[in-house]
Amino acid sequence: MVTLGDYLLVSGVLFTIGFAGVMVRRNIIIILMALELMLNAANLSLVAFSRFHVDPTGAPNYNAQVFVFFIITVAAAEVAVGLAIVVALFRLRQTTHVEDISSLKF
Amino acid sequence: MLIFGAAVIINRNPVASALSLVVSFLALAALFISLDAYFIGIIQVLVYAGAIMVLFLFIIMLLDLRAEKLRKINWIASAGGLVVALALIIQIFAVIGRFGAANKPFPPLARHVLSGAEGSTSDDVHRIGLSLFTNYNLPFQIIGIVILVATIGVVMLSRRETR
Repeated sequence: MVTLGDYLLVSGVLFTIGFAGVMVRRNIIIILMALELMLNAANLSLVAFSRFHVDPTGAPNYNAQVFVFFIITVAAAEVAVGLAIVVALFRLRQTTHVEDISSLKF
Repeated sequence: MLIFGAAVIINRNPVASALSLVVSFLALAALFISLDAYFIGIIQVLVYAGAIMVLFLFIIMLLDLRAEKLRKINWIASAGGLVVALALIIQIFAVIGRFGAANKPFPPLARHVLSGAEGSTSDDVHRIGLSLFTNYNLPFQIIGIVILVATIGVVMLSRRETR
């Protein structure tokens, strides 16, 4: 029998993979992909809780699914803006490596 | 799904990373559907596996990222990142281990809720839409503004300077 905890564990491991990707990788595009993984991990645990919280009429909690819809929308907008910034940066510097872009570093 | 998720950050080649991300998202959509969230599963496939991944692959091809393989890895920074991630996963496991509801199975849904089942009155797209346009009407409109602003911002950012 699949329990709530299984889905939460998968979600946690996926979030950690995304987090490790943001920390370890130095390519901006890979960092954006890892950010997407983390957002999706949050979506997975929201949907799992939505399915777990069944109201008296027998329906899952749709508030969480509406929230997941919003998260997906914002993530799409965020990726579009992020990739546009990467393209603008690449035009300026010919690199997508974060260690080559350190003008703001103290 | 987790294997391909890990492949996203392990692969040195950005194209291979992006394709692993597609597989990972498709598997995640399957998990959503296994949780009876059909609408979210379909949206996941359409928006992530369709739109966002095309965007990623297009940018990777456009920028022609091939120099990545020549760089050597900064082992100290990588080890630091992995240690922090390991601490995070240990904490997540500890929290879920103490969470009482975590080892209960999912309660069954009523028959009239399941899409396509016998005697089903409405599907979950209908109910999510109803909730979206009644309870969440204002956030929905704000999301529309966010997308508009993002679109304008992207056009402004990727425009060539014409002086």
